[in-house]
Formats: sequence, structure tokens, C-alpha cells
Amino acid sequence: MIIEALIAVTFAASMAVLLAPDRVAGRLAAALSLLPVVGSLYMWSRFDASGNALTGGSIAFETMVPWLELGGYTLNWHVGVDGIGLPLVVLTTVLTTLAIVSAWTPIDDRQSQFYGLMLFMEANLLGVFTALDFFVWFVFWEAVLLPMYFLIGVWGGPRRKYAAIKFFVYTNIASLAMFIGFIALVFGLGDSVSTLDMPAIAQALRAGELGGLHGISAGTLRSVAFIAMFLGFAVKVPIVPFHTWLPDAHVEAPSPVSVMLAGVLLKMGTYALLRFNFTMLPQTAVQFAVPIALIAVISVIYGAMLALAQQDLKRIVAYSSVSSMGYVILGLIAYTVYGVGGATFQMIAHGLISGLMFMSVGVIYNTTHTRMVGDMSGMADRMPVTVGILIAGAFGYMGLPLMAGFAGEFFIFKGAFESTVTGAMPLFTAAAMFGIVVVAGYLLFAMQRTLFGAFRLETDYEVGPAALHQTVPLAILLVTIIALGVAPDIFFGMIRDAVAPLLEFGGEL
Amino acid sequence: MTPLQIQLPTWTAVAPTLLLGLTALVLLLVDSIDPDSTRPGLLAGISALGSVATLAVAGWFLLAGTGQDGGAIELYGGSLIVDGLSLFFTVVFASVAALVSIASYDYLRDRTYQAEFYALVMLAATGMSLMASAGSLATVFVSLELASLPSYALVAFLKKNRGSVEAGLKYFLVGAVSSAVFAFGISLVYAATGSLLLSEVASSIGSAGDLVGVAGVGVLMIAGGFAYKTASVPFHFWAPEAYEGAPAPISAFLSSASKAAGFAVAFRVFAVAFPIESVVPMGIDWPLLFAVLAVVTMTLGNFAAATQENVKRMLAYSSVGHAGYALIGLAALSSGGPNGDVMGASMAHLFVYGFMNTGAFLFIAMVERWEVGRTFEDYQGLATQAPMACVAMTVFMFSLAGLPPFGGFLSKYALFYSAIQGGFWWLAAVGAINSALSLFYYSRVVKAMWIEDPADSLDLGTTPLGIYVAVLAAAVGTLLLLPAFGPVVETAQSAATALFA
Repeated sequence: MIIEALIAVTFAASMAVLLAPDRVAGRLAAALSLLPVVGSLYMWSRFDASGNALTGGSIAFETMVPWLELGGYTLNWHVGVDGIGLPLVVLTTVLTTLAIVSAWTPIDDRQSQFYGLMLFMEANLLGVFTALDFFVWFVFWEAVLLPMYFLIGVWGGPRRKYAAIKFFVYTNIASLAMFIGFIALVFGLGDSVSTLDMPAIAQALRAGELGGLHGISAGTLRSVAFIAMFLGFAVKVPIVPFHTWLPDAHVEAPSPVSVMLAGVLLKMGTYALLRFNFTMLPQTAVQFAVPIALIAVISVIYGAMLALAQQDLKRIVAYSSVSSMGYVILGLIAYTVYGVGGATFQMIAHGLISGLMFMSVGVIYNTTHTRMVGDMSGMADRMPVTVGILIAGAFGYMGLPLMAGFAGEFFIFKGAFESTVTGAMPLFTAAAMFGIVVVAGYLLFAMQRTLFGAFRLETDYEVGPAALHQTVPLAILLVTIIALGVAPDIFFGMIRDAVAPLLEFGGEL
Repeated sequence: MTPLQIQLPTWTAVAPTLLLGLTALVLLLVDSIDPDSTRPGLLAGISALGSVATLAVAGWFLLAGTGQDGGAIELYGGSLIVDGLSLFFTVVFASVAALVSIASYDYLRDRTYQAEFYALVMLAATGMSLMASAGSLATVFVSLELASLPSYALVAFLKKNRGSVEAGLKYFLVGAVSSAVFAFGISLVYAATGSLLLSEVASSIGSAGDLVGVAGVGVLMIAGGFAYKTASVPFHFWAPEAYEGAPAPISAFLSSASKAAGFAVAFRVFAVAFPIESVVPMGIDWPLLFAVLAVVTMTLGNFAAATQENVKRMLAYSSVGHAGYALIGLAALSSGGPNGDVMGASMAHLFVYGFMNTGAFLFIAMVERWEVGRTFEDYQGLATQAPMACVAMTVFMFSLAGLPPFGGFLSKYALFYSAIQGGFWWLAAVGAINSALSLFYYSRVVKAMWIEDPADSLDLGTTPLGIYVAVLAAAVGTLLLLPAFGPVVETAQSAATALFA
């Protein structure tokens, strides 16, 4: 029942904030958003699942109630978490609270609607990471888009309308492709499943019960469905060449929304890839190992190159997300405990680190009202604490040991080197590792120009340190990132436990 | 559960219809006692109360299994039939009538002939309820006219307004032509089968012999009559004019309830009187006819809606598009297919549509009351002034577009899914593509309300309470129909399955 309570409390909080007066909305939203944080930490402390939720492992906090029946398929309200879902739930609750606090300064218009939508989005994100019935999952998955559309479109920058529509159209079309792909699989399973329950479908697919459909052979159906779902999720992740909505959305979105977009929403894509493509159709994934690893490497390198070419701090961070998500894909396709587990761990680590980066760029922007690298220099003189945390975050991005980013990337590279899905994996891994060099290059280059040197920024007011409530969320994030880097087992233990069963698949390739 | 009408006299099964008619008479009575009444609250109250009472009784009968367990209840020698289908649609009509009555309280403020307005709405609702239970082609025709005649008057209700009068006249002329076509179709079917009772038509149409051609033309003409009532191609021309010119609550009433009534009677007539097993081999392939109409209607409605600048007219064309989706319930049928499930899914879609579309038109009514204008541009920045109402409108728009997490998503999913199960995957594909395209014009409304900046002098004045309540009630209904969709679709599918039995 705790998952239902978590989602219901968050929904109720969003309604309460929506109806609250603008003056108190920010404070109220932050206070109410602590409830899901406490709830998710409680879940972490009482976590007792083992194995993977989809392949027959035991599921923590599970509930399953019939919802409705449609043409022979029962739809259930089925929620629960395993070692993959829980870390993402914790990430969502923590990051939402911090993003809400970081919005106090920049958001000065229609506050109650803004914070109400943030909480509404959180409730749906929690649903995405806990739902175990496809239909329930899809409802939450789509429902995340609506608040995001408004958050970008109403509170965004000058080109917000274009960015919001682009985001909305891209992700909706992607959802349609994914939906069709998955439903085709369910039809292909025929009588062997009578629900849209994800564990049941995953187990049936892994057991090779897929039949043909309307004269299409099982093998073709499997490949087509895999590609349809992969494309659908690739837009969300995003993977090159489906990444073009991302810089627009990020640049136009207000910083707290960017934090949620990069920190949690991108993880929906990788989470879904792991849950659907890589869990349900492992043989097909291995079949496509070379192209998948190739686009992962392209994402890493091309994303980093694009970041190198940017003049806008926020765009730099946005493109570096494309690059980091490439690592996650590389880890997933490796099909080793460290590869898949590292990818999952990297989702959390990247969520925290990119959240930190966007938040600190936002804090600087609140003061300077510019994000252009060329417009400022020597910010370290005026905002030492913020700049210090930003630099720490950048090193986290580059994979400095003892920070979460290092653990994630190290696991991925270890897993990818060991991988045997294709003989060329070590080669791909080596190429991807080259990306780190580029990351270090563009981050250090941008830092050096904006943060150090003599102070230069043309303003008609005094530039000084940021307010305490702007710095505290940054500090909390930094502490969390270091804690996860020092002791990755906070999450990695349960993650490893949950991904191990995914690797055991036999059958014909 | 024991069916109620074992303890109660059989005629009580039509109680919902009688209640609606009674409400109309009470309204006329009040008006004749106090013809100069300036108490809109009393009239709107009677009308809303009568609708809610009808809703309660129909819902109670539906849950108690009236006309479902133990077979349909036949009255007047089978001319009237009370079963799951008729009760299900009566629930839709009563819900819409209640919402419209509540909203009209503000809309009609300071206007004359209020009692007549509510009485006409109730009479039209009575006619719709009769349409859903009509068991012979004669009752079909009479009840169709009973529903149509008050509608003509209601569309032209704003008689000082040229648009309203023009709309009423167009509606009436197209209606008269299609009534004639419909009546001629009935006479041809009668000529071929020698009966007007649906069940007897069914049993004798198989032996029509040389008169197959006559029967076929009759079926075609009857289908034309339904196309008019449901605003489907090729008899859809009246719809944009009538919906745009009519008072907005009446647009809501016509585009939701009247359309559903057309489908109710079409479902029964085609499923019962022209059984697929016997008429399709004779060459009277009406599912194919409806499949073509469905594709053309949804595509035409969607593309026309996308090009509109006037929000009300956009909704009018979207209503044509939705008629196309609902037509899948008559199209994706085949001998031995899961016909009950397909038709039931279409009924469930009309149920959800009743809430979301009524709510959308009532929001237009509220905007008309505010007098800010009719185009997308005039809607800019409304959310800054009336956030709750705009949240409700956003719910309607996204639900009409079929996005989760709203009722419209599930009902469209169920509809397309059942079409696929019936083997009509291409019909479902056309529907899904159209549905995806429709997001374009629905989201324009949302974008205007929330994202565009308001005009400099946006002042809405007072909030019309009645419309506000009705809009919020419809929004809550649209939201609740997501978790509560299960019982709705199960009831609809079992009611539809009973027709094919």
C-alpha cells in the first residue's frame, strides 16, 4: 500500500498547491514534497525484494488489483519495486524537492500553477517507475508529458512555444511507435498471456512463446517490435539522431524544469529500454548488438563534440547529457552484471550530477542574467560557493574517483570490456572512453573562461553570492553524489541483484 | 439479482422515458400558471432535477438487470423494447440533459421564453430515450421526429440573432430532406419484408427473393437517415452551421446526446433487423458501407477541424470526426466476429464522449457569456483569469484527443482494440492516425489558453456559477471515467452482445 500512498499523497499535494495562493505556493510545495521523500527513504530502508521484478523475482511493496477487462485481456492495477525501480523512485522524490527549492528565486509568475505541475509530474514519474502493468505504466508515462509541456511552454525562455511543441510532438509520436510495437508483441503471444501484466509478458517472451501474427513470422515480429520500441524510447533518452528536441527544450525551460528533465525524465527512456527491450527481447537485443553499440558510441562522441561547440553554458550541459546517455546504452547492450548494473547506477549518478550542473548554472544565471560563455569571466571571485560546487559537479561529470559518476562509468566500462555479445565490444568501449577526454576538454575549457580570470560582466548592479536557499540544494546534491561515489552499494547491491537474472537467457539467437 | 419488473408492473420499465416526458409537462404547467416568471432558478432546477431523477432510475434499472437478465422487456407488441442498450443510452442522455440544464441557468439569464426552452430540451431528451428503445421502424421514425422537432426550435432559439436563425433553418431543411429519405427507406423495407417490427424484418428479409434490390435500397436510405442524425458524411453539412449558430448549451446537447441517440437507434436497427449472417450474403453489405463512411467521416471531420479559426466551429468538426470513430461500432462487424464487443466499445466511447464533448461546448458557453470572442486568438491568456475552468477545458481537449490519463484515452483504445480483434486492423489504423492528427487542433486551444500572452484588456467580469458547476462536473466525470471505465465498457458490451444473440 505504501506505493499507492506515495502516489496519492503527491497527487493530493499537487492539488493543494494548485489551489494555494501564489505567495505561499513555493514554500508549501517544498514542505509537502518532503512527504514522498520520507516515504521513498522508508521504502529503501524496508526494501526486501530479490531478483528482477519482471523475470519472477520477489517484488517489494507489491499490490495487484483487477482494474478492467477488455476483449479477453485483464488490466490490473499492479505496482511494486525491485532493485531497478527503487533507486529511481528515491532519485525522483529527492530531485523534485531540490528542484522546487531551486525554483523559489527564478519563478516569479503564476507560482501555484508552477509548483502544482511540478508535484503532478512527480506523482506520474513515481507511477512510471513503480507500475508493473503495461497499461498503468503507459498511462503514467504519457501523463508525465502534459505537465512538462506546460512547464516549458508557460515559464520558459523566449522560444518556449516552439520548444514546448517540439518536445510534445516528438515524444508523443515516439510513444505511438512504442505502443504499437508492444501491442503487436502481446498479440503475437496469442493465448499464452491473458493480461497486460509486464512480468507475465516478459516471462512468456523470454520463454520463447512468441508466435506469428497475420502471416508475419515470429522472428520478423520480434525484430520489428524491438525496433519500434527502441525508436520510441530512443527519442526519450535521447540517442543520436533523435536528440534534436533536447537542446531546444533545455535551453528554453527554466532551470528547475531542466533539472527534472535531465535528472529524471531522460531516465524514463533508459529505464523503459531496460525494462522492455533488454528484458523482454534479450535475444533480439544481442542480435542487434553491433548497431546498438555503434549508436551508443556515436551518441557519446557526437554529443561531446556538439557540447564542445556551444557558447551557452546550459547548452553545454544539455549536450553532455546526450553523451552520458550513450554510456548507459553501451552498458545495457553489454549484457554483463557490471554493464547493465553500471548503466542503471549511471542513471542515478547522471540524474544527480546533471541536476547539480543545471541547478548551479541556473543559480549563476539568476545573478548574471546571461549564460553566454563569452559574456562573463571571473565568476569565482563573486560567487565562490556556487562556483566551487559547479566545479565539483563538473569533475563528477568527468568521472573523478570517489564521486558517483566515476562509479557509474567505471562499472559500465568494466562490464562492456568483459562483454561477449559481439567480438568488437572492447573496441567500442575504447572508442567510448575517448569521449571522457572530450568531456573533460569542453567542461574545463568553459569553466576556465567563465569562472576564473579577472571578473568581467556588464551589469548595473552588484554581483554577489547567491542566497542560502539557492546554495543548500546544491550542497545536498554534492554530498549525495560523493556519498554514492564512496559507497555505491547504497544502491548498487540491490541493482546487481535485480539485473543478474536478466543475463540468464538461453534459446536460439 | 432478480429483475425488478418481476415485482413491478412491466410498464414501469419505461419509467426513465416517462420521467423525462413528465418533466417537460411540469415545466409547461409551471409556465402556464406563471407565464411571466422571471425565476430561472425554478425552471432550471425542475429540468435538472427531472434529468437527475431519470439518470438515477435508469442507472438503478441498469444495475438491477432490468431487460438484461431474463431477456429484453417488450411493450406494445414489441414496438418498445427496454434492454441494456436503451437504459445505457438513457443514462447518457440524462447526464447530458442535466449538465445542459444547469449550464443554461446562466446562459438564458435575462431572456424570454425560458420555460419553453427547458421544456423543449426535455421533450427532445424524451424523444432520444424513445429512439433508444424503439422496437419497430414506425416507433423509430416517430421518436426520431420527436427528438428532431424540438431541436430545430432550440437551434433557432436566439431569434434576434441571424446566425442562430440561419442555423435553425439549415438544420430544419437538411432534417426534412433526410426524414423524407428515411421514411422512403422504411417503406421500401416494408415492401420487401411485409413488417415494420425489427425482429420480423429480420426473419423475413432472408426470403425477400426478387425484392432484394428493393430491400437493399431501403437499407441504404435508412442508413442515410442515421448519417443525418449522427452528423456523419454525407449528411454532415448541417452540423458545423447548427453547432456554431445555436446557443452553446444546445450545441453541447445536440453534438453529444442527439448524436448518441442516432447511434443508439442505428445500433439496434442494423444489429436486429438486418442480421449480418443473412443480409450480407444477399449483397446488402451494410458493414462495408459503414466502414467507408467511418473512414471518410473521421478523416474529413479531422481535416476540416484543423483548418478552423473559430473554436466553436472547430469543435463542431471534431464532433463530425468523433462520429467517424463511433461508426467503427457499425463497421467492424462480420459474421461470427466479436460483434458485441465492437459495438459495446463504440457505446462506451459515446458515453465518455457525452461528458467530454458536453463539457467542451459548455466551456464555449462560458466564454460566450464572458464576451471575449470566438477565435483561437480571443482565447489567449484565458488561463490567467480563470485557471480552474481552463484546467477543465484542458482535460476535455486532451481527452478528446485520446491522451492518457483521461477517459477518452481508454474509450478510444477499447474501440480501436476491438476493431483489431474483429479483424479490421486497417480501420483501427486509420482511426489511430486520425486521432494522432487531432492532437494538433485540440492542443491549439490549450496553447492559446495557457501559453500565449493575454490581450491587454482581458476582463472577464463575473463568473457564471451554473456553467462553472456544469463544466467542472463534466471534467470530474471525464477524469473518473478512467478508473471507472471497466464497469461502463462491460455493461455496454454485454448490452450489445444481447442484440446479436
